Amino acid sequence: MSAVQSSRRKPPRVGDNPIFRRLMIGIVLILGALLVLAPLIVIGFEAFSEGWRVYASTLADPDTRHAIFLTVVTALIAVPINTIFGVAAAWAITKFDFPGRRLLLVVIEIPFSISPIVAGVAYLFVYGLQGFFGPLFEAYDIKVLFALPGIVLASMFVTAPFVARELIPLMQAQGRDLEEAATSLGASGWRTFFSVTLPNIKWALLYGVVLCNARVMGEFGAVSVVSGNIRGQTNTLPLHIELLYHDYQAAGAFASASILAVIAVITIIAKVALERQGAGRVRRPALSTPAIPAAEPKP
Amino acid sequence: MKIRLDHVVKTFDTFRAVRDVSLEIESGELVALLGPSGSGKTTILRMVAGLEFADGGHIYFGDQDATDIPVRDRGVGFVFQHYALFPHMTVQENIAFGMKVSKVKREKSAIAARVDDLLRLVQLEGLGDRFPAQISGGQRQRVALARALAVDPKVLLLDEPFGALDAAVRRDLRRWLREIHDELGITTLFVTHDQEEALDLADRVVILNQGQVVQQGTPEQVCREPGSAFVTRFLGDTNRISAEVRGGVAYADGAAIAADGVANGAAEVYARPGDLAWSETGPGIAASVTRVLDRPGGRRVIAITTTGEHLEFDVEPELAVRAGQQGFVTLRRAQVFAAG
Repeated sequence: MSAVQSSRRKPPRVGDNPIFRRLMIGIVLILGALLVLAPLIVIGFEAFSEGWRVYASTLADPDTRHAIFLTVVTALIAVPINTIFGVAAAWAITKFDFPGRRLLLVVIEIPFSISPIVAGVAYLFVYGLQGFFGPLFEAYDIKVLFALPGIVLASMFVTAPFVARELIPLMQAQGRDLEEAATSLGASGWRTFFSVTLPNIKWALLYGVVLCNARVMGEFGAVSVVSGNIRGQTNTLPLHIELLYHDYQAAGAFASASILAVIAVITIIAKVALERQGAGRVRRPALSTPAIPAAEPKP
Repeated sequence: MKIRLDHVVKTFDTFRAVRDVSLEIESGELVALLGPSGSGKTTILRMVAGLEFADGGHIYFGDQDATDIPVRDRGVGFVFQHYALFPHMTVQENIAFGMKVSKVKREKSAIAARVDDLLRLVQLEGLGDRFPAQISGGQRQRVALARALAVDPKVLLLDEPFGALDAAVRRDLRRWLREIHDELGITTLFVTHDQEEALDLADRVVILNQGQVVQQGTPEQVCREPGSAFVTRFLGDTNRISAEVRGGVAYADGAAIAADGVANGAAEVYARPGDLAWSETGPGIAASVTRVLDRPGGRRVIAITTTGEHLEFDVEPELAVRAGQQGFVTLRRAQVFAAG
């Protein structure tokens, strides 16, 4: 009996040709190793290439510490503001009907499709001395460009869609029933938000915050235009890495880069953990076609 | 609490969902809003709740004009079609929610006692610690009802309350809801597209079509005296036979039916499957059997007349009838409406 069973061959599934399968898996593994894993390993090796002492002293360098400090401060300002913006935008788009709803959805997505450097240059023109608001800020002696406000603004522009994009599909799928139920039971708007809406979006919200934070800390293009790269003053960590590298301080550059790499790894772990909680699993609407159905009349 | 709708109008973009509806629901009454989808029944319910606002007309709760009172202060209990239970709260917490957020402060122990009472009322003792995902659809709907009742609403509103449940559970819950209503005596308005549900449950049925009330009355009134061809068709399976009215009698091919008060000219005769009889000899409408469907309680015959109209009727289980057979159909009871 068993001989008969084992000799019976299962029909192969579509595309389940052994050669084809091995080829595809092989290609993916090799490319993954070359493109993703190798650079990470190199960062680790190079950071410690001149020993732990050099690594530690690089990180103890005042300019490096200031860059780390500035990056953290930027994230501490930009991430909460963008979180509030994202929640408000997602709430408005999914729970209310108002003219321009679809337009708002498209506007929120703009930073995704625009090159960060373009955003940086645009900020130069808006807040620079020759720009729209530049003279006004100058008159009141407020420094926006080449200072913390500019860095924060550029970071916020680039990361504006992160939280909203995580929340919108989820809140769309949840509909308005829960909020309507809470209100009909006598809950106020705030109470409804904190007792009903927030608990149901918390994992997706956290997921968006984690991604937003990673991007704020790693943002290079837009920030490099508006910060002016003043060492020890307006250099964020990514900018500092570039400076060190151009100064032929490879070990220092890699040591600083290792910090960003560690942040990236922590982000990925947090992302996977959050995905297990059900966040980020909702299918996202495509960039160009917002998945908001036309406001259909309730019969 | 008596509810009165006075010339209520609601338009969505360009779609006129509710067109000039006036309606009275007596205190303690259980009324069904019945209609096909798009008839405006849910919109009316949501306007009574305050979840939608009327573009025109007024809604009165008792003598008070409630048209512009926001849902939060309107004091209605609303039960959603898909329950809308808070998924992150237990059954107890769901039921207690309305009492916790109320402007009227209650003692914790008082809330707990009321939750226990309500759990008993909806026969869910012992399930208070479960989450909505851990109970069945019928149980969820009962939790939703308990949650709505917890805030002592003046009016109970239910939107397709049994729409998402399977047939057996629906029938049980229907009887049970009627019992609860009789026990509490709360004015109740519910929406359904299921005629059987409306007729089973309601004191009075309001039939809607295209945003307007087409007929209202007790189940007996609307069943026995449907006011229009639409109501007749909507209330259940029926056969339509073309006829012509001359002097108060409708003449079809082989049958004459009394048609008092119907104007002379083309008309439609409607007869339920149970109101037709089959015989192998005349008189009657000549027809030939195309199919016979056997059911537990009898046989459903599908036949086609010589003029090409399809008829469906029920015969005794013992009757030997088969496809291809010729015979005659007589009408025991019918309604005649001028062709529109």
